[in-house]
Amino acid sequence: MNRTYELMFIVRPDMAEEEQDKLLSTLEAVVTSSGGQVKNVERMGKRRLAYTVRRFNDGIYVLLTVEGSGGMVHELERRLRVTEPVIKFLTVRIDETQKRIDKLKAIRDAKRRTSTAQTPAATPEAAADAPSVTV
Amino acid sequence: MAEETKPVVSPAGESGERVDRGERVDRGECRTSRPYGQGGPGGARDAGGGRKFFRRKKVCKFCTEKIDSFNYKDVRLLAQFVAESGKIVPRRLTGVCTPHQRRLSAAIKQARNIALLPFAGRAS
Repeated sequence: MNRTYELMFIVRPDMAEEEQDKLLSTLEAVVTSSGGQVKNVERMGKRRLAYTVRRFNDGIYVLLTVEGSGGMVHELERRLRVTEPVIKFLTVRIDETQKRIDKLKAIRDAKRRTSTAQTPAATPEAAADAPSVTV
Repeated sequence: MAEETKPVVSPAGESGERVDRGERVDRGECRTSRPYGQGGPGGARDAGGGRKFFRRKKVCKFCTEKIDSFNYKDVRLLAQFVAESGKIVPRRLTGVCTPHQRRLSAAIKQARNIALLPFAGRAS
């Protein structure tokens, strides 16, 4: 039950601030009631859409990072679908990609640490130089 | 007329089958003698404007700059790999390596779905 999802949705640009807050609190309630956890809420503000969606050219983007099960996401998406001001949404699962990034970073940090232990002088440059030269 | 349709219909890599039409083998050499255009002169595939030897020294931007990851939200990064018409640029033009191109393509498609990138730009 530790799947992390990123839910991005677009709200119509003429939606009031309080209504946005109300919608977010509803979604957060859904998350907590189904045993999940809201990691982060980010309001990306009004942006110009790349194409016309439901006759709107701008939209307010909101990014919601949650942790929970698939059933919870299903319920969240259902809510978003019926909410009239929400014009688009996209859910992406990010725990697997996060695991891969962390692993790569750990490998890279370990490599840097061992190389700095061997030659303390200007080793980060050497470590960064070598891959680009071999190409 | 029938002679001209033959090279169009048959897929690449079948130059052996065309023994009956001797001259066809030479004509279809650009398309069929090599399985994929990466190895040899790619000029026939209209790669870089019909040049015989295109630059193969292009390196993968993500591998060299050690960019860990990217997702659909990095519009500025993704937009570099999208043509003006909105199409995804093939990797033989950008030099991106295969795993990165696959991830890039998936990210671009996700960005298109959430209206961060257009599906079609100038309708070219």
